[in-house]
Amino acid sequence: MTGQDYINLINGSYLIAAILFIVGLMLLRSPATARNGNRLSALAMLIAAGVTLVDRNIVEFEFIIGGVILGSVIGIVLARTVQMTAMPQMVAVFNAFGGGASALLAGSEFIRLADGGDVPEDVGATIMIGTAIGALTLTGSLVAAGKLTGWVTQNPIVFPLRNVVSGLLAVLVIAIAVILVVEPINNELMFAALVGVALLLGVLLVTPIGGADMPVVVALFNSYSGLAGAATGFALDNNILIIAGALVGASGLILTRIMTRAMNRSLANVMFGGFGASGVEVSGVDGEVRPYRSVQAQDAAMMLGYAGSVIFVPGYGLAVAQAQHELRTLADLLQARGVNVKYAIHPVAGRMPGHMNVLLAEADVPYDQLFDLDQINRDFDQTDVAVVVGANDVVNPAARSSEGSPIYGMPILNVEHAGSVIVLKRSMASGFAGIDNDLFYLDRTSMLFGDAKSSVASLVSEIEDL
Amino acid sequence: MVESLILSLTVFALATFIGHSVITKVPPTLHTPLMSGTNAISGIVIVGALVAAGMTDSALSQGLATAAVVLATINVVGGFLVTDRMLRMFRRRERPSNNAGNPDGGDR
Repeated sequence: MTGQDYINLINGSYLIAAILFIVGLMLLRSPATARNGNRLSALAMLIAAGVTLVDRNIVEFEFIIGGVILGSVIGIVLARTVQMTAMPQMVAVFNAFGGGASALLAGSEFIRLADGGDVPEDVGATIMIGTAIGALTLTGSLVAAGKLTGWVTQNPIVFPLRNVVSGLLAVLVIAIAVILVVEPINNELMFAALVGVALLLGVLLVTPIGGADMPVVVALFNSYSGLAGAATGFALDNNILIIAGALVGASGLILTRIMTRAMNRSLANVMFGGFGASGVEVSGVDGEVRPYRSVQAQDAAMMLGYAGSVIFVPGYGLAVAQAQHELRTLADLLQARGVNVKYAIHPVAGRMPGHMNVLLAEADVPYDQLFDLDQINRDFDQTDVAVVVGANDVVNPAARSSEGSPIYGMPILNVEHAGSVIVLKRSMASGFAGIDNDLFYLDRTSMLFGDAKSSVASLVSEIEDL
Repeated sequence: MVESLILSLTVFALATFIGHSVITKVPPTLHTPLMSGTNAISGIVIVGALVAAGMTDSALSQGLATAAVVLATINVVGGFLVTDRMLRMFRRRERPSNNAGNPDGGDR
């Protein structure tokens, strides 16, 4: 094979891989085709990586084979053993690895070129971008994963001038990068400094953000890991890296926007606002005890069993109590009695975009019973009973009515439009935002207190006895 | 070199627009698999890492690239497998099999 044949083979394969990636993402438009879409993307990756191995520059295969085997084993074990509730931190850790890989590759390329005595300025610039974004994605994602797991405190760690410090570090990263672009040769220490400052910046960017905002952070770093890959692609002049990186970058940004919109916050507010810090003002009527109606499982079961239509509104409390399977059993029982059952999923119901849908799918809830906010909000008016399980802020009417509320403007599920509302909750304690929920005090609302799992289980046994 | 940078930027810009139009069509119910799947795709840096790890220019450069191969492989293999695991769970309502398992369910 001549040199040109070889280059054509590589570029032709990259073109096929790029097309397969895009078709694979297109197939994600429906759960029915999504699995094939994921397989196409995996095939694309196999083609791109396989063809690369015929590269003539590759002379030592031991390291490559060892690295691939080690990485595959770790990847298989992680993918097989992770719990679905732990998916957000899993994705965050994978993000970290993706960012780390980009940074390492950019570093390797920089050292190779610098040893050769020539780092063109445009290549140098893209190497620095890939290194910096990759490094801060690595540590930022790891801190996010730690917060999601509880290894790092969920509370925002705030200190005075933290945004100024982060800003200065960002300026420092850029300054070091510029120096390295201009003076790349024999400047390894400076490169190590670039990596170090970017790693520190990643930590400082995420520690001040509260645990409940991690979905946004994970989505944002998802985007960064793609951008780091694309930047590395610029440095290596490699189209498949650029295309795949751009696709991932776009996806992460779209998800970030969806999440911030669902919380009615700006990205800047999430990143630099220190939201969720202690001292968030608790609004509501001061100290006044308001009357609410508490019911027993038996009464709640009567309401459900003789209803024509029921909408379940699951929140993360459901997943914490691991009550998804019980809820599915309850829904099955109701359907067998002829009740029309649907689920309303708020975008921030889980700990990452779409998380609640995965948790319910794991409990064998059919996906055509799951409806998102826009699809279902009008249905509450024609629904007999809405059942809120482990959700609070996403069903708080204050988001619509009370302008002073921290969640004002956040799109919420209109559960109070249903004929009656049953709220499954441990106690009257307030939600993440620390604000009281008027929904709980409405005449049509019944509170069923207790752990979500045992409450749903007692509803199941009561309905079986009806 | 600047010519090739502009060419690369063209590819990047067009791919971003394609990504935007394709991904806005993904329904919210699949956003978690979308995230883990695109995550696996970002492991594409394995392509560059494989070449760099196979060169003998400098031990340091080779070591960094080999570490990149390991991380990128975890990302790719783990990402695609875990996405498949999730997508396998998404099922449509199966009316026939429901009725078969509980033929007189509606009468109770």
